[in-house]
Amino acid sequence: MIWTLALPELVLAVSGLVILAAGVIPKRDTFFPVSMACVGALLLTAVLVLGQGDGTALSGHYVSDAFSGYMKFLALAAAAVGILLSLDYNEKEGLARFEFPILMLFATLGMMVMISANDLLSLYIGLELLSLPLYVIAAFNRDSGRSAEAGLKYFVLGALASGLLLYGTTLVYGFAGTTNFDRLGEAFSALEGVSPGVVVGVVFVITGLAFKVSAVPFHMWTPDVYEGAPTPVTAFFASAPKVAAIALLARVLLGPFGDLVGQWSQVITLISLGSMILGGFAAIGQRNLKRLMAYSSIGHVGYALMGLAVGTDIGLRGLLVYMAIYVFMNLGTFAVLVSMRRQGRAVEGVDDLAGLGRTDPVTAMWMAVFMFSMAGIPPLAGFFGKLYVFLAAVQAGYWTLAVVGVLTSVVSAYYYLRIVKVMYFDAPAGSLDRAPSSLTLVMAGTGLFTVLFALWPAPMLAAAQAAAAALLG
Amino acid sequence: MTPAIMAMGGITEMEIGLAHYLTVGAILLVLGIFGIFVNRKNVIVILMSIELILLSVNLNFVAFSAWLDDLAGQVFAMFVLTVAAAEAAIGLAIVVIYFRNRGSIEVEDISTLRG
Repeated sequence: MIWTLALPELVLAVSGLVILAAGVIPKRDTFFPVSMACVGALLLTAVLVLGQGDGTALSGHYVSDAFSGYMKFLALAAAAVGILLSLDYNEKEGLARFEFPILMLFATLGMMVMISANDLLSLYIGLELLSLPLYVIAAFNRDSGRSAEAGLKYFVLGALASGLLLYGTTLVYGFAGTTNFDRLGEAFSALEGVSPGVVVGVVFVITGLAFKVSAVPFHMWTPDVYEGAPTPVTAFFASAPKVAAIALLARVLLGPFGDLVGQWSQVITLISLGSMILGGFAAIGQRNLKRLMAYSSIGHVGYALMGLAVGTDIGLRGLLVYMAIYVFMNLGTFAVLVSMRRQGRAVEGVDDLAGLGRTDPVTAMWMAVFMFSMAGIPPLAGFFGKLYVFLAAVQAGYWTLAVVGVLTSVVSAYYYLRIVKVMYFDAPAGSLDRAPSSLTLVMAGTGLFTVLFALWPAPMLAAAQAAAAALLG
Repeated sequence: MTPAIMAMGGITEMEIGLAHYLTVGAILLVLGIFGIFVNRKNVIVILMSIELILLSVNLNFVAFSAWLDDLAGQVFAMFVLTVAAAEAAIGLAIVVIYFRNRGSIEVEDISTLRG
């Protein structure tokens, strides 16, 4: 048994426990040093992921390949930025407790287990290891009724989703006789006709995972939870867990259930269409930026799933590139949202951005960059993300998906560009406080990535290509 | 002996098979889902419904495990039990902080966040 293959996960788990023990001992406030230690542990793990070999380990429960490496690196980077976003906000809101970064660290460990899952059991354990800390940090502001309500809603619907996923798992296990992905794949490719029990099981599993990526029709928790949770938590929700859940969806559907593509392709197509349409239209009337970003993230999941519905290697490459670009521009946008304060009090309305172009030109410039990128305007990164998935859909003949995708991006451009209009052309509503340096750093980093992606897309495309090839075999 | 009683005797001799366990599991699942969506009274009932869903899953796992003569399903059921305990603990903790903030755990009151 080669357990050393799982070294990144083991290192992250052990460092999480060590940091937790070290955080308890001192009498004084340890939020900042513990956060830095967690970021350090995540970066160390990312380095280990880069050097990880290929193969399966732990009795076939764990798999490491180019796909898992790509997705893990993305999830770790997003989690590290997520902790940076929380530094200043948590101090100001009185949430500076050292458990916060540690919960994020363990959630990230869950994501890595999910991404490397090669058995329905490790899939479930990873998913729960991700979900349980997320329920807690959604309700982390325990003196706020809104945060508690967000945590409660997320908990109930998340638990229901994992229940449905588990029920699907039992059916797949019962009718196929195994939970290992490799052996499931063999069983389905040998089978002449597929038993209805397995199909029902697969649909339940897709339902459970669609809840986690907040795709239509399982999205109803998203706006409420995103609005109620503390802003850095929302930033984290909208980035890293989505990467992990999309990775899991891709691995499960293209790996063990790859031969059932006729059964699940239509389901994913419908989910993708619904998410794009809802993401395009429902955000139009929103006045709250966090709610608006919730609908925006539903739409982006729809575009990403388009690559999965196509099911070819070009589609999968498009999905991988899209998720990478989405994560970075999303974290950048949330860096702006987290920094929004007026006289020390956090504000989150669209109108609160009025006149930002005059009062704080640098923040306004980055926000404009992220909004143009989300709307898919060339030459920013968001355009290329959409280009690759639309290209894959057109090449595989999925014209409905491509046309609906283009139309809904036009619709969603309306509310992204409205934010730019409010920042540059509306009268200032009183200036916002100066953004702290940790947030300007994140804005500049993700902003430069968004702007400069067009100049050097080759490394990411090559990595995504290798990852897609590893998954499709 | 009347035919009705003889028919009852037939039922008692019938063996309980996989299909019966799966039926009970499916009924428990549906009860759990309805408990979450139809229930308009109390959040604790929702927590109980979640446990009911996980119970139906465990029943399925153990039944399939016996039927397939394969231990993996029972191992899986153990993991589900453990995670369910952790989940219940976190759920109750969230309900407690919700109650401290709002002074009520009526399901109908959980609607401050909407757009």
